[in-house]
Formats: sequence, C-alpha cells, structure tokens
Amino acid sequence: MNNVEALIPKIGVITDIRIDTPDIKTFRVVTPDGEKPFEHRPGQCAMLSMPGVGEAMFSITSSPTNTEYMEFSIKKCGCVTEWLHQAEVGQQVTVRGPYGNPFPVDDAFRGKNMLFVAGGVGLAPLRSVINYCRHYRENYGTIDIVYGSRSKDDLLDYREIIEEWSKDEGVNVHLTIDREQEGWDGHVGFVPNYVKELGFSTDKTAILCGPPIMIKFTLDGLYSLGFEKTQIYTTLEMRMKCGIGKCGRCNVGSKYICKDGPVFRFDELDELPDEY
Amino acid sequence: MRKCSLDSLNAVFAKIAEAAELYLPVNCTDGSAAFSKWEEGKEWSNNLNTVKSPKEFFFPQTEDLVAFKTSGKNIEIIDTRKEREDFVVFGVRACDVKAFEVLDNVFLLKEPYDSYYTNRREHGVIISVACNRPADTCFCKTFGIDPADPQGDISVWKTADSLYWQANTERGAALLEKIADLTEDCDTAAVDAEKEKITKIMSKLPLANLTTEGWGAGKTQELFDSPIWAEMSEACLGCGTCTFVCPTCQCYDIKDFNTGKGVVRFRCWDSCMYSDFTKMSAGQPRLSQKERFRQRFMHKLVYYPENNNGLFSCVGCGRCVAKCPISMNIAKVMKKIGGKENE
Ligand SMILES: Cc1cc2nc3c(=O)[nH]c(=O)nc-3n(C[C@H](O)[C@H](O)[C@H](O)COP(=O)(O)OP(=O)(O)OC[C@H]3O[C@@H](n4cnc5c(N)ncnc54)[C@H](O)[C@@H]3O)c2cc1C
Ligand code: SF4
Ligand code: SF4
Ligand code: FES
Repeated sequence: MNNVEALIPKIGVITDIRIDTPDIKTFRVVTPDGEKPFEHRPGQCAMLSMPGVGEAMFSITSSPTNTEYMEFSIKKCGCVTEWLHQAEVGQQVTVRGPYGNPFPVDDAFRGKNMLFVAGGVGLAPLRSVINYCRHYRENYGTIDIVYGSRSKDDLLDYREIIEEWSKDEGVNVHLTIDREQEGWDGHVGFVPNYVKELGFSTDKTAILCGPPIMIKFTLDGLYSLGFEKTQIYTTLEMRMKCGIGKCGRCNVGSKYICKDGPVFRFDELDELPDEY
Repeated sequence: MRKCSLDSLNAVFAKIAEAAELYLPVNCTDGSAAFSKWEEGKEWSNNLNTVKSPKEFFFPQTEDLVAFKTSGKNIEIIDTRKEREDFVVFGVRACDVKAFEVLDNVFLLKEPYDSYYTNRREHGVIISVACNRPADTCFCKTFGIDPADPQGDISVWKTADSLYWQANTERGAALLEKIADLTEDCDTAAVDAEKEKITKIMSKLPLANLTTEGWGAGKTQELFDSPIWAEMSEACLGCGTCTFVCPTCQCYDIKDFNTGKGVVRFRCWDSCMYSDFTKMSAGQPRLSQKERFRQRFMHKLVYYPENNNGLFSCVGCGRCVAKCPISMNIAKVMKKIGGKENE
C-alpha cells in the first residue's frame, strides 16, 4: 500500500495568537518539534482543522522566507473559524498542504514595479508576496500597497504595515478606510476610488485581493488607467474539501481552483466561464 | 481462451471464493439486481445491470480516512488505513469497466494519488461480462464502448450452455490459472458468434444512434451560456439520484464524526446537484438549480474531456436515465445540443 496520503494531515501547534481586528486573528503554527510544517510559495494555501469540528482552507500569510513558522490570518465566520478564535496558545491543530499555484514571484514579477491592492482579510494572501518581495528587494522595482477596510480597527497587520512596510525604501503604503473615524487622519474612501485617485502608471504589475465588488471596481479603475489584463493578477476563493483536485467541488469550468488556481492572471480568467 | 459449462459455474465460483472475496450481481426481491458477496447457493444474475454501480468496491459510498484522539490541547493522529484483502468482482458490464478508467484518471493516475482507491484497485480483480441483456436506457456505444468486447482483468462471454473466459492482464491470467481444473481450452468460434449477436441487439436500442456531436473538450465558451440549461433544469429536484447511481461521479465530501472515544474523519459521496455543495461564507457561485444542473453535464461532457485527452466521463450505462424521478437525463441533454436521436 502506498503510504503517502495527502488527505492525512500532520499536527501543528499554535504558538502565538495575535488579535488583528474584532473578527480576524493571526495564528502562528509550527510542528510539535518547533519546525515550520512545510515549505510553500507565496499565494499557496493550507488546510487547517480541529478534529471533530472540521477542516478549512486558509492562505499561508507568512512569507516562505520565514524559516521558523507559518502564519494564518483567519476571519471568524463559521464552525472551524469560530473554534479557532476561541483556541489558546499551545493548542494543537492539524495542517496539510501546501495547495494551489503560487504567484510567479521569481519569473513574471521579477524586475517589475509592484502594485498590491487589498480589501479586508484579502490582505492575508498578499502579505506573503509583499514580504517575499521586501526580502528580495533587489529583484523588484517600486512597491505600492493600497489597502482598505471598513474602519481603522478592521485593518489587518496594522503594526507590521506601519512599523515595517512603510519604513522600507521604495515601498509606498496607501491606507484607506470606508468612513471618517476619530483618530484617523489618513485617507477615507473605498479602495477602487483611491486606486483611481492615486493614478498609478501602467509600468506596474498589479495584484488584487478582496471582496468581489472591490475587485470588480478596482479592475475598472485599472483599465481606465490603461492597465492590460496581462499585468493584473488575483486569487480566487471557492468552497474546498480535498485541496488536491479530486473531490470535484471547487471547479470553474475545467479548472480546479485548489490545484490550477487560486492564482490567476485576468486574461486567464477570461477563458473560464463566469461562475466564481 | 478457456471455457466451462454453465452447470459447473457454482464450482468455479466456489474455487474463486477460496482465494478471494467474490462479488457478483444477484437478483433482489424487488426484481432489481445488486452486487452481493458470493456464498454457496447464491446465483449470478445477468438479466439487468445493477442499480448501484460497482464503483463502490473501489470508491465506497462512505469510508474512513483517518482517526484522531484528543486530550486537552493535544491531538493524536491515527492512520487507520489497512491493506485491502484480495477480492474479485465478477459480472461487470463493459460500461462499468470503462467507468473505472474514468475514475483511475482522477484517483490513480494524477498526483497526489489517492491511497484508498489505489489500495483497492491493487487488490481487486475485475471480471467483465459481455453484455447481451442491455436495457432500453443504455447507450454505451455513443462513447465508443463495445459491450461485446468488455475490458477488465478477465473478459467473459455467456452462451446458452457455456461461459468463455479470456485473461487480459497478468492478474487475470493468474486467476484463470486457479480455476484451470474447471475450465478447458477452446477456440473463439462461439465467442465470435456471440459478439455478432450482441452487436445486432445493440443496434436496435432506442438510443443506438445518439452521438456526442456538439460536445467535448473546448466547448465551454460555446455551451456555458446556452439557453438549454434554464429550460432543461426547470423541473430538476436537486435530489442527487443521478449522481449517486452514476459509475463515474467522483465528488466527495469530508466530514468528522465524534464516536465518543475519538474522532473519525470520513469521506462520503457528495453531489454537485445539491445547493450547499459550493456554498461559502463569501457567497454562492451556483445560485440556482440551473447552475448545478449545468455543472453535472458540462463536467461529464466538456470539462472532464478537457482534462483527460478527450475522454468523456459518461459511459452510457443508462442508470440516471432509468432513475431520475422527473425523467430528465444526460441523453436528453446531449440531444438538445447536437447528438442525434434515433430515426
Ligand atoms: C483558497 C482559499 C483561501 C482562503 N484563505 C483564507 C484566509 O487566509 N483567511 C480567512 O479567514 N479565510 C480564508 N478562506 C476562507 C475560509 O476557507 C472559510 O472562511 C472557511 O472555510 C470557513 O470555515 P468555517 O468552518 O468556519 O465555516 P462554515 O461553518 O463552513 O461556514 C461558513 C459559512 O458558509 C455557510 N455554510 C457552510 N456550509 C454550509 C452548509 N452546508 N449549508 C448552509 N450553509 C453553509 C455558513 O452559513 C457560514 O456562513 C480561504 C478560502 C479559500 C478557498
Ligand atoms: S451520466 Fe448517467 S448514463 Fe452516464 S455514466 Fe453516469 S449514470 Fe451512466
Ligand atoms: S436525478 Fe433528475 S431530478 Fe434528481 S438531481 Fe438528477 S436530474 Fe435532477
Ligand atoms: S477542493 Fe477538492 S477539487 Fe478542489
């Protein structure tokens, strides 16, 4: 009998829990030996589970350049995520992966000026790419990050953004929140409008992740600025069970998002039927 | 080629069952047929194809994947997989044998391999039988399947008084070796005649001239927005019957069950016809039965072929045609686009 089985997970231990927003926490996970559970590429995902509660797919938000642990930013919205939100440090979970295709950080992105656009928990998959690009800074041009949330309290990775990203040479962070809020003197307004206001030049490769409505209007904005579909990427979300292209759940046309995705370039998405 | 008389069949089954569990189609009290474990006194029924396909020998309706024990904050993972004991499935029709090729492409031939399915495939011997009793709902020929020449480890032909055996694989040959005392060498004359007879029977079936015209790899753009989906799915109940009886449907769910002593993670057949199949916190990409219905047929006739060198993932077994409570089925869907109807 073949002993390797993708559906059998391994044990992970939660070694740190950071409260990011009222409904998002970031969990640090290692193996019981204190190692990183497995290697991954930016944009890939993993299945986390608590036996008896269920399994769910999450983007690995930490960068592959982090050799010590893996991180997941998880929004509370159902059985598994609620359970994780009440878990404490030291809790074991199960983890399997990595799943999906990564962003082409070492080929198509190399030497490019990067523009990241995220909304809400959509920053989670992009953080891995952003930190990868920051780590191999010399391989990329300028880095622009437009990130927005409902309110200041809903911004994910806020401290890291302020204390690390915005201090980097050549990295420009543009934060925005939906409505005026006390103690906020930054930009106010929706992400797509902010992108248009900022009026980026088309020498950039753009990566979008967020709610479908944000993606739609940001795309329109980028097109009006002259961007081509071939220079814009995103990552899709479908309901998943196996993560390995077999349970038949996550397909859009003939593509399985867990295996052929979740990362797509917009011209590739044009070839798929409109069912995501 | 070897042959045995039908009178000696019981002795042959007994011999096979000495070495491995033997399953074959038997008559049920309600007049239908189902695969059942052979034991002395059980008779092979070849009148009808089984309601449930033999898919479940390799991809069971439910099966345990792994178990867990939890104590405090700790989890123990228990690999509950066991080597499957050798088994033989006798009496599989050509369509259902072809269906294993469809499933193999998913579970056996594409990484990561599914160890549960692979384990069963490695230990199961398939004995197919040439089909001379098709139903009016059958259309295997549409997919290039020859019911007179079924594949599998061993192929068997039944005539009025004898059974003819031909090994197609090493495993099949090894099994024939075991029953060599009960069979004798023969030429292929009787089998050739039987094949001709079968070909004639098949040409008279109501769906004999159904073709795959208009379907296949590369047809997504053309067919996805077709008006047929709304029209044909209108009465669909979303009951999932068509997917559960289908020998090629592969979709599964993964769930946890708390036994009181621990947790068992198992998988079970699922259906793209169900509304919660794709439901997420972030939304529902298949909002109505129209989208789910479209998914089932597009997968079988377009998406699967696209990913598997043109192979369709319908084998024309006719089960969904016979069992759909509203008489909707893949043959009707195919005809609507291009596949021609008889006459
Ligand atoms: C590739 C990918 C990457 C992802 N990355 C992240 C990430 O980085 N961070 C993150 O927070 N999330 C991420 N997600 C989303 C995450 O997987 C889901 O939020 C998670 O699966 C929810 O699991 P749950 O058990 O908590 O919710 P569930 O209990 O499964 O429920 C979630 C919601 O769906 C509905 N629902 C689910 N099943 C049913 C049903 N059978 N019938 C009716 N309604 C149902 C419920 O009403 C509920 O609102 C990602 C998803 C994918 C596919
Ligand atoms: S779709 Fe219907 S006819 Fe085709 S293999 Fe499945 S059950 Fe048989
Ligand atoms: S068996 Fe018929 S009614 Fe039931 S889901 Fe299939 S097509 Fe719809
Ligand atoms: S999650 Fe099972 S096929 Fe993608």
